[in-house]
Amino acid sequence: MTNLIELRNIKKIFKKSEKKELLVLDQINFNIHEGEIIALLGRSGSGKSTLLRIIAGLTKPTAGEVRYYEKPVLEPAQGIAMVFQHFALMPWLTILENVSLGLEALGVSKKESRQRALKAIDLIGLDGFESAYPKELSGGMQQRVGIARALVVEPKLLLMDEAFSALDILTAENLRDDLLDLWTKSEFKKNSILLVTHNIEEAVAFADRIIVMDYNPGRVRSILHIDLPHPRNSGSKKFQGYVELIYKLMTKTTKAEIIDIGYRIPEAPVTKLMGLVDQIGEVQKAHKTIDLPTIADDLLLDIDELLSLTEILKLLQFIKETPEGNIELTEAGLQFEKADILLRKKIFSTHLLIYIPLTKHIYTKIHDEPSRRISKAQILKDLSAYLSEEEAQRVINVAIEWGRYAELFAYDDNAEELNLENPI
Amino acid sequence: MQMHIWQNNRMALPKMNLWDIFALLLTVTLFATIAYSTKQITAPYHPSQLLTIQLSEKYLPLYALRTVFRMLIALSISLLLTFTIGTLAAKNKHAERIILPLIDVLQSVPVLGFLSITITGFMLLFPGSLLGPECAAIFAILVSQVWNMILGFYQSLKTIPEDLKEAASIFKLSSWQKFWRIDVPFAMPSLIWNMMMSMSASWFFVVASEAISVNNQKILLPGIGSYIATALADKNRIAVGLSIFIMFIVILLYDQCIFRPLIFWSEKFKHEEDETERTQQKMPWLIALLNKTRLLKILGDYFDTFTYQFVNCKWLLKKKASQEITKAKIIFSQMLIYFWYVSIGMIVALCVYFLSQFIFQTVTLKEASHVLLLGVYTSIRVIILIFLCSLVWIPAGVWIGLRPHVAEKVQPIIQFLAAFPANLLFPIVIYFVITYHLNVNIWATPLMILGTQWYILFNVIAGTTTIPKDLKYATVNFHLSGWLKWRRFILPSIFPYFITGAITAAGGAWNASIVAEVLTWGKTTLMAQGLGAFITQVTTSGNLPRVALGISIMCLYVLFFNYIIWQPLYNMAAKRT
Repeated sequence: MTNLIELRNIKKIFKKSEKKELLVLDQINFNIHEGEIIALLGRSGSGKSTLLRIIAGLTKPTAGEVRYYEKPVLEPAQGIAMVFQHFALMPWLTILENVSLGLEALGVSKKESRQRALKAIDLIGLDGFESAYPKELSGGMQQRVGIARALVVEPKLLLMDEAFSALDILTAENLRDDLLDLWTKSEFKKNSILLVTHNIEEAVAFADRIIVMDYNPGRVRSILHIDLPHPRNSGSKKFQGYVELIYKLMTKTTKAEIIDIGYRIPEAPVTKLMGLVDQIGEVQKAHKTIDLPTIADDLLLDIDELLSLTEILKLLQFIKETPEGNIELTEAGLQFEKADILLRKKIFSTHLLIYIPLTKHIYTKIHDEPSRRISKAQILKDLSAYLSEEEAQRVINVAIEWGRYAELFAYDDNAEELNLENPI
Repeated sequence: MQMHIWQNNRMALPKMNLWDIFALLLTVTLFATIAYSTKQITAPYHPSQLLTIQLSEKYLPLYALRTVFRMLIALSISLLLTFTIGTLAAKNKHAERIILPLIDVLQSVPVLGFLSITITGFMLLFPGSLLGPECAAIFAILVSQVWNMILGFYQSLKTIPEDLKEAASIFKLSSWQKFWRIDVPFAMPSLIWNMMMSMSASWFFVVASEAISVNNQKILLPGIGSYIATALADKNRIAVGLSIFIMFIVILLYDQCIFRPLIFWSEKFKHEEDETERTQQKMPWLIALLNKTRLLKILGDYFDTFTYQFVNCKWLLKKKASQEITKAKIIFSQMLIYFWYVSIGMIVALCVYFLSQFIFQTVTLKEASHVLLLGVYTSIRVIILIFLCSLVWIPAGVWIGLRPHVAEKVQPIIQFLAAFPANLLFPIVIYFVITYHLNVNIWATPLMILGTQWYILFNVIAGTTTIPKDLKYATVNFHLSGWLKWRRFILPSIFPYFITGAITAAGGAWNASIVAEVLTWGKTTLMAQGLGAFITQVTTSGNLPRVALGISIMCLYVLFFNYIIWQPLYNMAAKRT
């Protein structure tokens, strides 16, 4: 098989500030062959979308090289097209004009571009919508336009950036099946697709090969060949086996991370943490093993949210990993689950002070101050050595929400000030 | 429901920094330079060229046409400047650094004060011809609208969603294609709205700039503004009434045939993210009418073919040959940037030197402080007016806004009123002040806000209509009423909208003070104490250094109020929405 794309030692660093640099991608090496469908799977922060943009020629890697048919990619290459998460259709152009956009840029005559666009519209099942504007269409139909717009330029490689994640489950599956159908049965067969996703089932349903990304920094954690013929049955045992395998791969703590005040606290709102503890507790009471895919399904959480929540619960010592790679509530977790609201706040506050350095830092800092108040800016400054300003803001906001709930401290948004006051 | 608000784009700009001071310095020096260089030359204005305005009613439609024509020329130039300067500011960060503060300062310059200086310049450029004053009038209209348009366009370009830009790159659109296929269409709704709003404000200036006294000479350009000025000098009440009537017709046509159809048309460019803001407007009758004919279809087809050819123009399709970045290129561009900043530094030094020369030679400190004091008087007027207007229009606006079917009918009327040049209504007030010997210091004051008070009302209505239904039900459910309802529910919900309206109204009032603090009826001229009156006075006597002083100080006052009062209020409001 010929190599369509070769990635050699790709590395990407985002410069966050003068001193702080964030390593987003590191040591990325893999090839994409002709006619292959690849899924790039990872949670948010794994740099998978950045990698896609590097392959597309939209972003330059800090080091390393992308080669497309042996030639280095320095700008968007002809033959690589992209489908966007939120469709990226021009609202002021009709469906026909949107689809013709790429041909217009290539300087194709108006007549020919019209013919080719109509053919692509036909192919993806959008007949009758040619003169409609995007906003008249449902999300699923809009994404069909996005796909038609990419197909019309006859790409060798189709990049799909979370292309199904903005759609509801039913629509997403329908569109995915249609696309696979088109791919396996037509002239597109010899062309390749690279799909970026954080949805494990989607990756298993779609790809010949799944590249699982590590995060922070983004590296290739493992590569899996999915040995199932299309169309795949998501209910089959083998399919579910793949899904569970990948779940375990992704939740497993692979490295000991240093938890200090610069720890990038993920999005984990108090109510969701509570809800997850309750759910795990219920399953545990029924003496069943806690199966993450099922819990994610029951709570309608996507993998990103689920992983963030379990990460924090693990850190707070409310849950732990079993040797089989499953999770269960700890002693403290069980106590927390049984407690009423006031006791919960108390347990939560104790654990915050012991296990989360940032909340402890804020707490002691307020107490050290004679006036019992400090500005948010001060905490931001303390974090500036670790995080970019934007990220520090986000992390502090999460910590403030926890601290307010646990009644460790109060916050005045007008003055942007942390204090110990309770509103009268 | 129509939910547009009258927006002043400047408040959304980044915070003030050193560049603002540079911009201020540059602007003030510019005035001083023009004033200084034209000080000795009293431009001879041949009496033979002096136009007499005929008060016969048969000339009036022709004059009205001239006024409209002036307006359209200025609008076209504004659009051109918007496309070029706005794009430059959005795409080049080195240019952005100086363009934004400069616009911020220039926007604070009173347009009518400007006029006296530019008219002298243009008259020197076209000696003995009407072309000079004509250019100056167009220039005045231009500067009254162009800044807000540029800022609006710039902000649109800055907010183009990343994925649309990426799509354009992936599909390899050239810069020219990107501009017409992405940038302009994306900016279209805000561009049209800004353009129409600026044009509404410009009617005031076009009327004011047609009749102006410079160097003790009255310069009249054929148009509605000069017609009414002549009528005033003649104490011809019928002619005054007639010109108000004709202006009414012109604004009505502008509103119905341009404003409404364009706003309606621009809706289709809205990005889906503003879906919630989508206004369910009734189709303007003009579009409905044209839709019935085949004309629109035929014109539309021609327009499509034309735009296709224009956007895909072959010789502009050429792509950059290669992306290769050679070392020489890097060094060259760095040199260029270096040169850019060095020249800015040199300009600063020159400005400081020149200004100090100018100020110490021609203007005394005592005089400057006197003008500052006059500014205080005008400030007090502006503050009181905004306060009084709010007292009247907030309750009225809320009353209207809570009744959607009333709001629907009232809003077009307010838009119309805002476009109507208030200075045409001055004579009515002037007549009363002079006949009944009223105190000009008090009774001339309301004129300043006559035209711009509508911004407050308009925005309060818009704000009230956006209050979610749930909140209204909740207040009913909890039996909130009286002052408590106002304090806890209504005032906080409309606050951001009110602030935006008040900023625009205050800015307009400063500008209007130049024409509103001096009242003329026949041979009688009454003058209030204030900065506006001072500028008019020194303009009439042709004392250009004093004019420069007056404008600079007014500019400082406007900036001062913006940074001390409006910007913090605006930020507070923005944080709560």
